[in-house]
This record gives sequence, structure tokens and C-alpha cells, in this order.
Amino acid sequence: MIEVQNLSKTFTLHNQGVASIGVLDGAAFRVEPGECVALTGVSGAGKSTVMRVLYGNYLAASGRVLIDGLDIAQAEPREILALRRTTLGYVSQFLRVVPRVPTLDVVAEPLLAIGKSEADARARAQDLLARLRIPEALWNLSPTTFSGGEQQRVNIARGFAHTYPALLLDEPTASLDAQNRETVLSLIEEAKAGGAAIVGIFHDVAARERVADREIDVTAFAPARAA
Amino acid sequence: MADVTPLLDVRNVSKSYGARVGCRDVSFALYPGEVMGIVGESGSGKSTLLNCRAGHLEPDGGEIIFDTRVDGPQDTVTMSEPERRMLGRTDWAFVHQNPRDGLRMRVSAGANVGERLMAVGARHYGNIRHAAEDWLERVEISAERIDDRPAQFSGGMQQRLQIARNLVSGPRLVFMDEPTGGLDVSVQARLLDLLRNLVRTMGLSAIVVTHDLAVVRLLADRLMVMKDGDVIETGLTDQVLDDPQAAYTQLLVSSVLQV
Amino acid sequence: MNETSYNFAYLDEQTKRMIRRAILKGLAVPGYQVPFASREMPMPYGWGTGGVQVSAAVLTPEDTMKVIDQGADDTTNAVSIRKFFEKTATIAVTEHTEEATVIQTRHRIPEVLLREDQVLVYQVPIPEPLRFIEPRETETRKMHALEEYGVMHLKLYENIAHHGAITTAYAYPVQVEGRYMMDPSPIPKFDNPKLESAAIQLFGAGREQRIYAVPPYTQVVSLDFDDYPFDPSKADCACDLCGSETSYLDEVIVDDAGGRMFVCSDTDYCEQRRAAGFTGAKAEAA
Repeated sequence: MIEVQNLSKTFTLHNQGVASIGVLDGAAFRVEPGECVALTGVSGAGKSTVMRVLYGNYLAASGRVLIDGLDIAQAEPREILALRRTTLGYVSQFLRVVPRVPTLDVVAEPLLAIGKSEADARARAQDLLARLRIPEALWNLSPTTFSGGEQQRVNIARGFAHTYPALLLDEPTASLDAQNRETVLSLIEEAKAGGAAIVGIFHDVAARERVADREIDVTAFAPARAA
Repeated sequence: MADVTPLLDVRNVSKSYGARVGCRDVSFALYPGEVMGIVGESGSGKSTLLNCRAGHLEPDGGEIIFDTRVDGPQDTVTMSEPERRMLGRTDWAFVHQNPRDGLRMRVSAGANVGERLMAVGARHYGNIRHAAEDWLERVEISAERIDDRPAQFSGGMQQRLQIARNLVSGPRLVFMDEPTGGLDVSVQARLLDLLRNLVRTMGLSAIVVTHDLAVVRLLADRLMVMKDGDVIETGLTDQVLDDPQAAYTQLLVSSVLQV
Repeated sequence: MNETSYNFAYLDEQTKRMIRRAILKGLAVPGYQVPFASREMPMPYGWGTGGVQVSAAVLTPEDTMKVIDQGADDTTNAVSIRKFFEKTATIAVTEHTEEATVIQTRHRIPEVLLREDQVLVYQVPIPEPLRFIEPRETETRKMHALEEYGVMHLKLYENIAHHGAITTAYAYPVQVEGRYMMDPSPIPKFDNPKLESAAIQLFGAGREQRIYAVPPYTQVVSLDFDDYPFDPSKADCACDLCGSETSYLDEVIVDDAGGRMFVCSDTDYCEQRRAAGFTGAKAEAA
């Protein structure tokens, strides 16, 4: 489902003396459907960079990033967007939404985008928000005013609204209380059971051990120090 | 997906004003349902390109091929003026930065919305009025204001009215020139939300020219960065904003507050 | 040269030829505004200089001319133009519509249906029907060329939106032979159906330098909406002098106490009816 071949990533900072910073070199791994892989490595090793390259958010310098057969590193924007709608989900640590849009609509949007009926999309959104213990009184408010933990849970509900065959999770259990953490972990397990290929970053070791089938240490992808 | 015909296929378009370059050798294809943002500083060629494509300016060279409903892909640069003007009233819409440029200030809001319908032959007053009421509500203007003139509206309302006036005829391609320029931040957010919903529910393709990166972050699927008439960088919107490759784009992105 | 030492009908022959060419072009392209080199006339703009030049170009010594202003033969404008042609063309003049071969009019079409051997010449202040919405001549010409006439309905829409009905009562826009949008000059909309006529109708705008025409038996359609059809209405009464219930009426205030009467705007029509014995409610009072 997810296959990375000989991936390298460099940041060139033109406005800071054309500094060139290599982050990844020769990265390669694959994730099968129903498998959950945890990325590990010290902070700054490039875990988030890998995730962002997988999502098409960062541009690969070279190599191939195949998701459901599409090479993200070469694909047209519209191909990546279509992939993100139907196949590739991403739960980041931060919620980024249009101001004013009610929480329920934020969560239902990914379903509407793939053509689900308004009623079905809302029912699924209500179900997820309830499971993640967002008080019903808040559903018609914009999440921009919510607390950090609430925003994180809205973000998770949105990420799990559609059952993506490939899922990227960036610290899904960070800043959650025990009950909500449990809910998120069972959501991940449900996704796995549904055949999703999952790549995640989990600083929460217990969570990692519970859902991840194996670990990939991204430190191995670090380029040989040039300078 | 490769077999989908682009709605708009721009090939090697250039336009100069005497010695000054408006835009140079610009090419891109816009597919149905795509929203493309064009960003850059003032004078970078954004508006020149937009005006060339909307048929307001004649490019010095290049082709602008639009997939017309009836005859398939046609070069809008070489097509006859009547055909181009017909496109301007039906398949294309243009949202100006200043609503006064896009509205008839001396006739009512309802007439502003109804004009495009009448232009393509609507002759039933009741139906025209009903469509106008419907569209005013879709852009969050109370139907009670239908007989008021745009001059009595706030800036944000005028801009929403301009959008209703443009979208009532079900265009397929919308050009927007700084659609949120000159509006309060809170009003901008409301307008962006509205535009986003309309784009999604109507399956519109759109080209949005702006210098506001927050606007393209929310509205555009993909970005084109321009400087001095040249295209500097293109790509998926979040990729260009989060991982800019060109020096100029990096400067542009790092120059604004967190978006 | 005639005895008054004016050239026949005041204008020189070359000018009349130029105007006739414009008239012929106008007849060939019904409703299209033909530019012409309007001359200075010995009367101010707004007094019918366009109509006078068109009349001068079509008059022959055998013609009998009638001039009306708002339907009346005896108003200042009508009298002075009639005298102008009596003096410069030494032609016969009449007040009877049936006797006239050339009728110059301001703001009315005579009640009696015109015949094939008659020419009706209109005085036009603003020939461009699109002017109210588009001030640029270059743009209005393009709109005519491309038949972009959707905006014409804006005005009618606004009427209905604000007043519940189409309140445009005069200079009511028409489309000629399914093609050109035309301003019929400020005639009441009551007269619009008579624009489809057996007579030649010529329109002259002196200040704006335009001539246009409606040939005999040409289709002339007044704009409207499907659900608000064109209504050539008039005051809902009978003429107080001749009793006519079908003619266009003027409202006349007769005293300082709010007293009023309705009379035919077409004075010749009214007089002929009275001569034939018809009387209205206030015939003795007048």
C-alpha cells in the first residue's frame, strides 16, 4: 500500500546563505494493508519529515513514494488531492480549519468530499464526536475557540471520518486523557482491522507497543554528515 | 486521470506593455473542479495573466484553450469577439477586487443578480426574481434587501453580491482578483468560507489572484508563484507553502506571519 | 430656386442626397442607427432639427405636409415647423391626417391608421435605447452588433420590483424585425402597436446625428416579461369633448379648484369626430 524507495530530502535555505540541509538519504520501507508501522528516532531525526513527504506536503528531492501505486514524488497536484480524498488520510497534531465552520461540518467534510450524503456524513461525524467525548453543545461551534485537547480530538474525528486505506498519524494520543487515549487507540485498531496501512509517530511508548506491528528507526535514513 | 480534458489550457502566454514585461511564457493546465492560486507581489504579473485569460487583454503570444460546452477545446485568443463575450456571460465569471467594478451600482441587488439570466434569455420576471432571492440567501444577504441598491450595502455585502451576480448563471470557471482585498479580517473569513462551500458544491474551477497567502491556503488546491512576469514555482498549495523550493517563494512565505 | 430664394426645403441638394442615403440605409437595416452629418438648422436643438432635416430630404413639391407636437397641430413647435416648410418649400399643408403625405411628429402617432402612401417622420431626442445603462458609444455599438440586449430588461425588472408593474410609459423600447433594439422616440407606449404600420416611418436625431427607420409592415415588438406582458395602456376614460373611448387622452386642468378633463391628444382626430356629431361629457363647457 505504502512503498518508499531510495527517498532523499534536502532543505535548501536560499535566504540564509544558501544553506543546504540533508535530512533523509536512501530511505526505503514498505507498509502492507492492515499493518501499522511506528517511526522512531530522536527528536529532529526526520520522523515528521518522512510523514510529510508521504503526504505530499514536502517535496522529495529524489526517489519514489508510492501510495496505492501513485508516485507522490512525481504526481500532479490534482492526483495527490484525489489520493488524499479517497485513499490517504493524515492526522496531524494541529487543527487547521476555516474560521466559523461548525465542528460537525469540519468532521463531516472529508465524507462530503467523496460524495457521501449529508445525512450519512453527519451521522458518522456525530458518532465520532460522541466517542471522543466532545460535548454535544459544542458541535455547532467552530473548533477554533476550543481548548487544545478538544481541538486535537476534533482533528482525530476528522481524520477517522472516512476509512482511508492508508493513514498517517502524527502523535495521535498526545495531550489526551486516559479515556480518550483509549478511544483513539481502539479507532486505530479498527482501522487496522479494516485493512488500513498505517504509519505513525507515537511518543507514547505504551500506545506504540499496543498498535504498532514493527518500528522503523529513521535515524538509519540520515545522510552521512557532509560538514 | 490523465485522459481528463483540462478546462483551461494555457500555453506559452506572454504579454508586454512596451518594454515592460507583464507575464512571460506562462503555461499551465487547469482541470475541472480545481482551484488555482496565483501569488506574488504587486507588479509580478498576476493580474496581467488573469486579464489575458478572462479575455480582457490580448496576449502578445501563446494560446489559451478553453473546453467549451458545445464545441470542445477552443483557443480563446483567436476565437471571435462575440464568442468570447458569450463565454464571458455564461461559462466565465470574474470577481473584481473592488465590487464597484463588478456591480451595477444604480440598479437593485435583485437586478444585479438577474442581469446574467436576462442576458442569456430569461424572460419570466417571477423566475428571475426567485433565482435572485435564492442566490442572495446563498451568499447570506437577506432576501428583504433584494430591492436595495448595492450602494446601501457594506463592503463585505457588496463583495458577496458580486459573487452571487457572477455565479447565478452557473459558470464553470471563475476568475477572482484579490476577492478579499480591502475587507475586514472577520468579513474575509466569512467570505472565504462562503467561496469554499460554493466551489465545492458547484464543482467550480477557479483562478484566484492574491498576495494573501492565507487566502490561497484556504481556497486553492494548487499554487503558482510569480515574480517579474515569470512563474517561479508551482505545486500543491500546502507543499509550496510548507516546503517552498525557490528562493523567492521562501522569502515570500517567511515574510508573512504564520498562516 | 423658388421665389423665397431658399433652396427647396431649405437644405442644399447635396445635403439632402446625403440624408437620403442615410434614410435608404436605415430602411435597408430596420432599427439600425445610421450616422449622418447633421446640419445646423435655423432652430435650436431639441426643437426637432433631426426630424426637420429628414422631412426636408423626403419632401417633393407635390407633397402635402402635416406637423404635430404631442398630437396637436396648433402648438408652437408644430406651427413653427409647418410655417418653416411653407416658406422654404412652398408646399401645401394640412391639419388632416388623411390628407397629408408627409407627417412630422413629436411624441405621438396619429390615431387614424396611416396608409402606404404616407411618410411619418419622428423627432428623436436620444436615439440610443442602451444609453441609460451604458454611457460609452463604442460599447453600445458593440452591444448592437452582437445583439447583447439582456440589459434592456434590467429597466423593466426594476419597474416591476419597485412598483409592481412596468411603469415605463413612454419611449418604451422595442425590438425591430427580431434584430435591432430601438428607441421609438418618446411616444406613449399606447402608440407602440401602431409602429407596425403601412406607412414608412423615419426617425431623425439632429443633435445625436442619427437616422433610423421602420419600413412598412415591419415587425416591431415591445419588450416585456412572460408574466408581465406589454400593456399599451391609457387613461381609463373617454374624451370629454368627442366621447372617444379608444384614443390617447391628455389630462387638462381647467381651474384652480382641481377641476380637470380628459381630451384627445390628437386634435385633428377629435375635431373630425365632433364635426361628425360625436360629443363627450363636457363638450358644452369647452
